[in-house]
Amino acid sequence: MSSRTIDEKLVYMANQIATFFESQAEGTRAERVAEHLRSFWEPRMRDRLFAMMDTGEADDLKPLARKGAEIWRKRGQAVPAHSEEE
Amino acid sequence: MKDFLIPFDGPGGTGLHDDTDMGTPTSTSTRTVTLNIDGFEVTVPEGTSVMRASAELGIQVPKLCASDNMEAFGSCRLCVVEIEGRRGTPASCTTPVAEGMVVHTQTSKIKKLRKGVMELYISDHPLDCLTCGANGDCELQDMAGAVGLRDVRYTPGDNHYDPSGTGARSQAEARLRDPVGINNPQFLPKDDSNPYFTYDPSKCIVCSRCVRACDEVQGTFALTIEGRGFDSRVSAGMKLDDFMTSDCVSCGACVQACPTATLQEKSVIEIGTPDRSVVTTCAYCGVGCSFKAEMRGDELVRMTPYKHGKANRGHSCVKGRFAYGYAAHKDRILNPMIRDSIEEPWREVSWEEAIGFAATRMRGIQEQYGKKSIGVITSSRCTNEETYLVQKMARAVFGNNNTDTCARVCHSPTGYGLGQTYGTSAGTQDFDSVEDTDVVVVIGANPTDGHPVFASRLKKRLRAGAKLIVVDPRRIDLVKSPHIESAHHLALRPGTNVAVVTAMAHVIVTEGLYDEEFIRTRCDWEEFQDYVEFVAEERHAPEAVEMLTGVPAQELREAARLYATGGNGAIYYGLGVTEHSQGSTTVIGIANLAMLTGNIGRRGVGVNPLRGQNNVQGSCDMGSFPHELPGYRHVSGSEVREVFESLWNVKLDHEPGLRIPNMLDAAVDGTFKGLYCQGEDILQSDPDTKHVAAGLAAMECVIVQDLFLNETANYAHVFLPGSTFLEKDGTFTNAERRINRVRRVMAPKNGYADWEVTQLLANAMGGGWTYTHPAQIMAEVAATTPSFANVSYELLEEKGSVQWPCNDASPEGTPLMHIDGFVRGRGRFIRTEYVATDEKTGPRFPLLLTTGRILSQYNVGAQTRRTENSRWHEEDVLEIHPHDAEVRGVRDGDYVRLASRSGDTSLRALITDRVSPGVVYTTFHHPTTQANVITTDFSDWATNCPEYKVTAVQVSPSNGPSEWQQDYEAQAEQSRRILPAAE
Repeated sequence: MSSRTIDEKLVYMANQIATFFESQAEGTRAERVAEHLRSFWEPRMRDRLFAMMDTGEADDLKPLARKGAEIWRKRGQAVPAHSEEE
Repeated sequence: MKDFLIPFDGPGGTGLHDDTDMGTPTSTSTRTVTLNIDGFEVTVPEGTSVMRASAELGIQVPKLCASDNMEAFGSCRLCVVEIEGRRGTPASCTTPVAEGMVVHTQTSKIKKLRKGVMELYISDHPLDCLTCGANGDCELQDMAGAVGLRDVRYTPGDNHYDPSGTGARSQAEARLRDPVGINNPQFLPKDDSNPYFTYDPSKCIVCSRCVRACDEVQGTFALTIEGRGFDSRVSAGMKLDDFMTSDCVSCGACVQACPTATLQEKSVIEIGTPDRSVVTTCAYCGVGCSFKAEMRGDELVRMTPYKHGKANRGHSCVKGRFAYGYAAHKDRILNPMIRDSIEEPWREVSWEEAIGFAATRMRGIQEQYGKKSIGVITSSRCTNEETYLVQKMARAVFGNNNTDTCARVCHSPTGYGLGQTYGTSAGTQDFDSVEDTDVVVVIGANPTDGHPVFASRLKKRLRAGAKLIVVDPRRIDLVKSPHIESAHHLALRPGTNVAVVTAMAHVIVTEGLYDEEFIRTRCDWEEFQDYVEFVAEERHAPEAVEMLTGVPAQELREAARLYATGGNGAIYYGLGVTEHSQGSTTVIGIANLAMLTGNIGRRGVGVNPLRGQNNVQGSCDMGSFPHELPGYRHVSGSEVREVFESLWNVKLDHEPGLRIPNMLDAAVDGTFKGLYCQGEDILQSDPDTKHVAAGLAAMECVIVQDLFLNETANYAHVFLPGSTFLEKDGTFTNAERRINRVRRVMAPKNGYADWEVTQLLANAMGGGWTYTHPAQIMAEVAATTPSFANVSYELLEEKGSVQWPCNDASPEGTPLMHIDGFVRGRGRFIRTEYVATDEKTGPRFPLLLTTGRILSQYNVGAQTRRTENSRWHEEDVLEIHPHDAEVRGVRDGDYVRLASRSGDTSLRALITDRVSPGVVYTTFHHPTTQANVITTDFSDWATNCPEYKVTAVQVSPSNGPSEWQQDYEAQAEQSRRILPAAE
């Protein structure tokens, strides 16, 4: 487990988030992945993930994780729509 | 730096708080009775004893066996009274009041009787008062005075106090007569096996208060009265047992209850009686017990539980009551130290030089690597005010949101799960609520070890008839202990919490046991319908998940039915829920269960996270997480940022910062170079030790502020000595959201309180802070954080404590949350799909390791290992089932190698069926064990809370410490070298 590289960890974490939202009601899954990433990921993690997506290093991303990340990238750092609570 | 301590009035003052023992417990009856006592009318609740009614009038009826924290016993016969129209002289403690009753507490007949009773007691008690440890603090002595005993007419005969058997009237006299002999078969020598108190049978009056305190207050049932008549003795366990070998858990309740010097703190025997006391809050677990720090000069004589403490109601455990010796331990570092590299020895320097060195390095790193290259870690061991300042340091001085807290590695999933479902990141109840609970569900918590004072209250309720469901892989004490037996123990396979909780919901939904009215009124109906559709699927049925979870389907069904239909149901959970890759999902599942059954919004119900450390709740409240400002408000909210920006006069970062594991990853990656770590030992407490070490080693400036050179300090460049909870003012917020005062009882031995050190560092980096007292910091919290708007030190002095939210809507705080509606509006049901952890067993690692803590030690052990508590737990051991041990050729006590995919360590094996076959268990209190060398960096999907509770391992016989342990010990020794300050 600890032999994973930091890049692999980022992809793994994004996939974990996607896995949770895959089980939720259809329709807003990708939005919710995007919202979660936007709420909790620090910019250098975000930038690295985007870079990996561009260079093909993030091919292990689940489709929903990729879709959520794309929404996040498209919208930039707009204020999350969720409530003030975590 | 010492200054004078001036006592003040109120809870923090000296003896002005009313500790009067009312003799018997209060009655909860709503009907009242009026009676006349000694010519005064008094109206009290029905069921009150005559003794307590007298005390309400200020009339103290003499007593020895009665105390208001236990049921009346009626054995000492000192509290007799006369009641008009009744024959005889009844004991006032066991006689309930009656309407129109006329009581006389002091008549010639009673006086004569009491004096006679007292004379008999004293005839078998050594007359060593002047040299007795309880001199001045002895109820027997007080009562002898109260009844006017002036003479003992009985000649010395059979007795328990004279070892020589020569008719000596005191033990001092006996020693003179026969220095070595014990010729009195009734004499038993003092038992000083317990490190904190002595048991001297020669001074015992057999009032049974200690036995009853152990039974009724603590619930351990370790003590008994052995023998009959003149042979009656207090006994801990069997005849050959002493206190140390008995079941005694050293909570101190018996010592507190003892009216003589029979059970006496060794510290009082050594130092003498205290002359003042200050009410403060324990710095161990999340129960947040109130204590009186009893002092003589600036020396702490003892800690006694404060009877008006609203979390502990006068009870304590072995840690809070006795394990404070670390505060004066020789290992404590009192001078600041610096070094250029971690290969060098430490150099003691002045505070000015240390702070200057740290500030220059941190600013230098930012200039070279960017503003976001440094960060902070706050600790749940520190006060609210300290954690508030540390996160402010990151945001206002460093200019980023790189702040995290050790709650990351324990209860961050609680924040996420309860925030998503209910709208607030906290438990719903106060501890008193358990008194109205009918069904208690304990999931992934071990309260008798982790939260012992709450466990005692819980056990009391269970003895009174409440039912218990335990969900835990291990057979914790609550499953079966004296007078306690769980109705159901769901011994699930580690990592399957979500499957079990969802299966419980399946039963409740498919059997129609849910509370539709509650759900329609209080929750989002559409989301509920979506949830029902999900949870009703057959794949979530107990039968479908039995193979996966290891929990028999019928047992799970019956447990679910009991929770749904057994009356008020309350769930208490701990790190066995949160520290999983699906920690947040389980918290959501628990919240779903409570909403399904309508168990929210009144006494006796609710969702109650048992917080690990003293200020987990508070450190989260204070904005220690990297994505939210104080009060759980996301950093992206411009309106919230503006509140702080206008007050702090800086522009705040609107993007989340790094969490602890992200900081370490970024450090290894070369983009995170400086860390200010206050009161936290991430090298020992965080998972995957080798990765943590690599991250720390890659940084250019690590500042550790702590009491001791902890494991993290092995990789530090600056060491700033910390102060103990006895040496500073502040507040802790416990698991009930209760804000309790921490009061300084002595000057900081290191020179500064921790909040002052943070301010020094902030100002050296241009902060411009001007706080002169923590009350000002809390005032800033109140001014900026709606849920704390009315919190002030003045209010805390007045009320003792308050539970947030405390604002205009709830001026005196909020004991119960979500009474009329959820904080977020409508409660939100969320699907909880079980996803197996990627930490899999296999041929190489066939067993599952889970971890926990033990009663006598606390977390990484930095405090408790430096006390006599280690007598109960000198090393971490590996619990292994007899079957798993046998097939590996492991015998009890053998050294074994414990290996995972992350690393390996060695420790001794303890063979026990507490754990199921296939599961092994250990604690992480000792750095020599390095249990976290084994744990992996898998973490919760939502919060990155590490998955401490599931690691695939193999166990094999070993000859001793592993290579890693040996290397680590050598590195630690090298790193801890200290050069004294230049003259």
